[in-house]
Amino acid sequence: MSLDRSLPSAAPATEKPGAAPTRPVPFRGSGFTHRPHRHVAPLVFAALLILWEIGSRTGFISNISLPAPTEAAEAMADLFRSGMIWKHLSASLFRLTVGWSLGTLLGIAVGLAIGLFSVARAGLSPLVSALFPIPKIALLPLFIVWFGIGEGSKVATILFGSFFPTVIATYGGVDNVDRSLIRMGQSFGLSWSSIVRKIIIPGALPAILSGFRISASIAIILLVAAEMIGAEYGIGAYILMAGALYAIDQLIAGVALLSLLGLAVAWLIGRAEKMLLGWRI
Amino acid sequence: MELILEKINHSYGDMPVLTDISLSVGSGEIVCVVGPSGCGKSTLLRIIGGLERPTSGEVLMSGEPPADSLNPLTYVFQDFALLPWRTVEGNVRLVLEDHRIGRERVGAVVDDVLARTKLTEFAAAYPRQLSGGMKQRVAIARALSVNPAVMLMDEPLSALDSQTRDLLMDDLIELWTQVRFSACYITHNLAEAVRLGHRIVVMSRRPGRIRDIVEIDIPLSERPGFPTETAAIQRRLWEMMRDEARAADRELSDVA
Ligand SMILES: Nc1ncnc2c1ncn2[C@@H]1O[C@H](COP(=O)(O)OP(=O)(O)OP(=O)(O)O)[C@@H](O)[C@H]1O
Ligand SMILES: [Mg+2]
Repeated sequence: MSLDRSLPSAAPATEKPGAAPTRPVPFRGSGFTHRPHRHVAPLVFAALLILWEIGSRTGFISNISLPAPTEAAEAMADLFRSGMIWKHLSASLFRLTVGWSLGTLLGIAVGLAIGLFSVARAGLSPLVSALFPIPKIALLPLFIVWFGIGEGSKVATILFGSFFPTVIATYGGVDNVDRSLIRMGQSFGLSWSSIVRKIIIPGALPAILSGFRISASIAIILLVAAEMIGAEYGIGAYILMAGALYAIDQLIAGVALLSLLGLAVAWLIGRAEKMLLGWRI
Repeated sequence: MELILEKINHSYGDMPVLTDISLSVGSGEIVCVVGPSGCGKSTLLRIIGGLERPTSGEVLMSGEPPADSLNPLTYVFQDFALLPWRTVEGNVRLVLEDHRIGRERVGAVVDDVLARTKLTEFAAAYPRQLSGGMKQRVAIARALSVNPAVMLMDEPLSALDSQTRDLLMDDLIELWTQVRFSACYITHNLAEAVRLGHRIVVMSRRPGRIRDIVEIDIPLSERPGFPTETAAIQRRLWEMMRDEARAADRELSDVA
């Protein structure tokens, strides 16, 4: 390719008789970006279920090791028919909402304190780092001693489980708020509380909400663990009972309920993000 | 209101950044500060506005700021510093909400400054929807809304392309003719300094000291009519700065 041909003043090569043939520049920019595929997830899910069903019917999957999805569905339908589902669900949802809400509220408060006051940071952040990695399930017996075998210990387990990730997400979010915005607020003489309410909290909100995702998943895990000790109703109690009786169809139905719960929570948080972080897009 | 800097010295640790800066910004006067990179211009401006304490020396205000001035010393930042979660209008409101001036008055002030900066139709837009020039307009509107006695501008146009910069300079001059704000305007662009400054302070490389002060007595609005004069001043400024800039450049690469 000669140099003058690439100059913009030169006529397009195709118009020159006897010029070299032209070809389009190959596109190399594809990949590494995500496009939404709405139908893929349900398709994958359905395909798995169908394969599983076929496996069970042909005897490839032994009925003792894993019952067919239709059997699990039947167990689920039983739950609805007997009305037990509402007893289990309401017990679980109550523990989850109370424990998680209190945990995140306290977590946000402590996280903000650590983010805003250096004394709180010096005093509390090592404590949080020390307590966060302790599996709260291990403390369950302790909670039972402290808060009783009833609702108290279950709510407390979930509360502590969602508290620590929220603290860490919140003060990380506060630390990451653009300093120049805070400086701007100070330079306009905004009051301390205005700076916190109008600059720091909205700036930390994305991090706080992604902390919610983590704390909600942890809360569901702990819910099941807590319900396995001394609970009459609850999804965890149901699963435990099914396991003890080797009613694997019921066990799978219970696990499916948990997945649905997880999906519902993720959807709710997604809605909250859309509503509160609409400016981000 | 007049702003007086008396023998400002400042150092970070044992690195002196500013030495013996004495300067004044008169009422309705735009003082431009130019100087090589790293000579302490931004530091000086932070000290002037009370965001940082100088190691020694004082910044004094003489005379009263206008009675309706809500924030006598007001910054316009290079990076705009707009809240991304607030609309254009909300960003201007932000700085008025803390003052007890009544809902109607806030509304009126917001409408007025948005009109003056030609932003009325963008009142409901979010910063991410705006170009750089528009964002800086919003920041200028926000600054005007508190009716400052002195505007402290740190390279307000440096993040913009040169066409936008020219347009905004014209807008600034138009605004200045309306309200005659005073300003301390930091820039590394000599054309901006010559276009906007009544006085131009040339700083030496770090530790920054005042090397020279150039006064331009052509009225701001008439400067486009004197291309040869302004070009001559700009050349003079450049000659003063060239050696400093070159030396500063070499110093920095020694450090690295
Ligand atoms: N907070 C700080 N702590 C320590 N050193 C600092 C701090 N802020 C600035 N400096 C140093 O002080 C010197 C002056 O910085 P300053 O930002 O005021 O320069 P400037 O003239 O605004 O430069 P530029 O033209 O690049 O904006 C620089 O060497 C910088 O590294
Ligand atoms: Mg600077």
